[in-house]
Amino acid sequence: MKHTTLAAACLLATASLAQAQISDGVVKLGVLTDMSGAYSDPAGQGTVVATRMAVEDFIAAEKPAFKVEMVSADHQNKPDIASAKAREWIERENVDALTELVTTSVALNVMKLAKEKNRIALISGAASTRVTNEDCNDVTVHWTYDTYALANGTASAVVKAGGKKWFFLTADYAFGHSLEQDASNVVKASGGTVVGAARHPFPGSDFSSFLLRAQASGADVIGLANAGADSINSVKQAAEFGIQKKQSLAGLLLNLTDVHALGLRNAQGMYLTEGFYWDMNDKTRDWSRRFFAQHKRMPTMIQAGQYSAVMHYLRAVKATGTDDTAKVMAQMKKTPVNDFFATNGKIREDGRMVHDMYLMKVKAPDQSKTPWDYYEVVQTIPAAQAFQPLSASRCPLVARK
Amino acid sequence: MASSSFASGARSRWLFAALIAVGIVAPFIGYPTFLMKVLCFALFASAFNLLLGYGGLLSFGHAAFFGSAAYVCGWLVRDVGLTPELAVLAAGAAAGLLGLVIGALAIRRSGIYFAMVTLALAQVVYFAALNLPVTGREDGLQGIPRGHLLGVVDLEGSLAMYYFVLGVFLAGFWAIHRAIHSPFGQVLAAIRDNEPRAVSLGYDVGRTKLLVFTLSAALSGVAGAVKALVFQLASLTDVHWHLSGEVVLMTLLGGMGTVLGPLVGAFAVVGLESELAGTVGPWVTVVIGGVFIACVLLFQRGIVGEARAWWLRRRAA
Amino acid sequence: MELFGMPSQVLFGQLLLGLINGSFYAVLSLGLAVIFGLLHVINFAHGALYMLGAFAAWMALEYLGIGYWWSLALAPLAVGLGAAVFERAMLRRLYQSDALYGLLLTYGLALVLEGTFRNLYGVSGLPYDVPEALQGGVDVGFMFLPLYRAWVVVAAAAVCIATWLLVEKTRLGATLRAATERAEVVQALGVNVPLLVTATYAAGAALAAFAGVLAAPLTQVNPLMGSHLIVVVFAVVVIGGMGSIGGSIVTGLALGVVEGLTKAFWPEASAVVVFVVMAVVLVFRPAGLFGKVH
Repeated sequence: MKHTTLAAACLLATASLAQAQISDGVVKLGVLTDMSGAYSDPAGQGTVVATRMAVEDFIAAEKPAFKVEMVSADHQNKPDIASAKAREWIERENVDALTELVTTSVALNVMKLAKEKNRIALISGAASTRVTNEDCNDVTVHWTYDTYALANGTASAVVKAGGKKWFFLTADYAFGHSLEQDASNVVKASGGTVVGAARHPFPGSDFSSFLLRAQASGADVIGLANAGADSINSVKQAAEFGIQKKQSLAGLLLNLTDVHALGLRNAQGMYLTEGFYWDMNDKTRDWSRRFFAQHKRMPTMIQAGQYSAVMHYLRAVKATGTDDTAKVMAQMKKTPVNDFFATNGKIREDGRMVHDMYLMKVKAPDQSKTPWDYYEVVQTIPAAQAFQPLSASRCPLVARK
Repeated sequence: MASSSFASGARSRWLFAALIAVGIVAPFIGYPTFLMKVLCFALFASAFNLLLGYGGLLSFGHAAFFGSAAYVCGWLVRDVGLTPELAVLAAGAAAGLLGLVIGALAIRRSGIYFAMVTLALAQVVYFAALNLPVTGREDGLQGIPRGHLLGVVDLEGSLAMYYFVLGVFLAGFWAIHRAIHSPFGQVLAAIRDNEPRAVSLGYDVGRTKLLVFTLSAALSGVAGAVKALVFQLASLTDVHWHLSGEVVLMTLLGGMGTVLGPLVGAFAVVGLESELAGTVGPWVTVVIGGVFIACVLLFQRGIVGEARAWWLRRRAA
Repeated sequence: MELFGMPSQVLFGQLLLGLINGSFYAVLSLGLAVIFGLLHVINFAHGALYMLGAFAAWMALEYLGIGYWWSLALAPLAVGLGAAVFERAMLRRLYQSDALYGLLLTYGLALVLEGTFRNLYGVSGLPYDVPEALQGGVDVGFMFLPLYRAWVVVAAAAVCIATWLLVEKTRLGATLRAATERAEVVQALGVNVPLLVTATYAAGAALAAFAGVLAAPLTQVNPLMGSHLIVVVFAVVVIGGMGSIGGSIVTGLALGVVEGLTKAFWPEASAVVVFVVMAVVLVFRPAGLFGKVH
């Protein structure tokens, strides 16, 4: 009897001790995403849904001793709105982790703020490799994908399939340039050549003149180093000019929702690289159907990645019993990522979470049997090859040998 | 457009005293970062009001001055290493210079044409910010340190920064007040009320207009420079024409041609956006548009204007 | 054959594309000029009305199964009607006030319209296909010209010429022009000027909506499609001289071509060239190329 009471008292004490180590007893997640702009479909409200699912699943499965809450906001793709919101969340609401952060300018800004205020930043949506190179810091994890992985997957596959001469249609801002640069490197390394590039203003609406130049260049492949509405418009207008008769298009950053917006008639045959697809195996299908029930659309890699990142974070908090940034980060880096999103995923010292990527080909309309049945999985690119090797990293945190 | 009735010396002294008192106490009641944002925009709106309410000139491109000064200040503090107060002054001067150039071109037209020209010229500034590497383009000029005021006072903390911002605001506000109640201000009012008459009386209308435009631009620049320090970021939003529209709304909502109008308007708009962002989310633009429409149709005197009209009616009754 | 260091093929292709874009600028600045001429209001909502036209076409197809050819007529009608209601209910009250209030009102309208559609439909854009009859293209030697783009030039030219003829050569047009100069006299002569004003605003809006329907198959139907264009169109109107009908048509086409050439030689500057031209024109001709000094 006495032993049980003592044991119970100890348990209670440990539980409350664990609670005391979590600042104000609550683990608060902030989801900062684009809810109304160019990335609202691939990221946006879907990432809020994914986060909520992760929180609910975590509480149901792990029954933690601490409370978990989340807040969300729309940063409208503007770094000033994002950093003001993040600052307010940190200063007034004790938010512990800033998540999602689609759009490179937002991510870079909020990462800096997170470092200054000692909070964790989990990036799912943003693409630039700067996050794990020049701008890297030790409170940030880049979870889902980056421009290197996309370029690497798509460009090398297309060159191998015979597309040797490339012309780039690039969004004239940092993200577009970085995508073009990464892809060019891969094309040349795979034995192809880059015959030219056209930089269009971002955001663009009429690509006809740039497509005309691409057509006249004699390239086999037109690489679209842009995203979202720009990619969609480029593809549509290319179809108008009959470009696909002689040249093929490679969408360097194309999401499931972009393909949905384009329609299979326009997008068929295009190669693209994804970090996740709902229809690959039972685990992905189960999770995606649950997601679909709430969001009414199939998840993109950004949304699936968001769930995965949040879940990994919460598990790390539970394991360490604290929400202290350094300790949780250490735990996150120590633990491999094994869920429906990633198999044997690992967070490297530059903050990059490496996992398998997948090379996809968009199906023709008659090949698609059900709604959202858009991709044919061509190849799995193993984690070790998909991402930029540490040896080439420009991140100061990576130890030089 | 009404002119301020707070012309008498005693009244303005009371006004200033009240403002200073409220300003000192405010950060202990409200959230300092929010208040700092209000102060920056209040200065911006006051500078704009100088041009619109007192000068009768509608500029639809004032974000060019606000934003370019934000970039200049950020660059001076982050890359050149100037102390914040020097950077703010230099950035304000730079914005004034830009105002001189744009003003000289725009003054050739009047009324609506003037507004359109300022809009289009501000777009050139926007594209410069978009394409020049030094601005960080769409990433913005990031990681601006707040620095040490006069090399001594650390502005990293919210409270210290707040008082710096308050000080700058009060200085700018006082400058505008002095300009309005000077002979220059009276010539300005004369031009606004009846330009042909002012010309016939021998006043150099063009020079006066250019002067007020430059002054307004410089003070808008000061507001932008301080804002860059508060948020440690200068971005494309600061030079976008939507911001030009917002400052018009603040001035209109608060009350054009009144002293307190811009303050009230800035507080209302910044507060509205801040509150709505939590509840209404993406419908903020629609609400702002609705407020614009309501103001223009029903509420042309703005909050302060309507309040004063009501007060005068009561006194007369 | 090379011209200016560029294969003539590419150059002529860019010129033709520039002409096509110029057609849009022409129709849009025509609408603005028509409204400004009579109402002395800068219609800041013009971009939003253009967007509404495109959406009307999309919604007609999506919800009612009504195709492109009908939409070309119906969408401008619908948007024109809505604009007439707006003019009657709201804009009308500001004619006695300073002109800037009209600008601000239409700016507020633009925010409301764009914000609403943005929230309802997102900004990825909605697909709208090129009508069957105009699909495909023709090889004109120096480029493959999509039929639809050729149609755009023809349709825009037809509308511009028709409008110009209406304003300059008909009795109605004469009444309109008289009303822009001395409205009270025209009213005293028995013409229902307020009705004329409403009709003019509606007509300007209809022109914008027509351009929107033309644009729908080219770019995605997107709530922001107007706000991207509106500032450029303002610059076009300032260059042309506000209130000049013929001037706005010519300037719109010319600037489309200038932009096209810039895209050929210096693509990154293509977004800003119109504003630079505007600054230069203002230095030498403050009233614009075809405008009258006020």
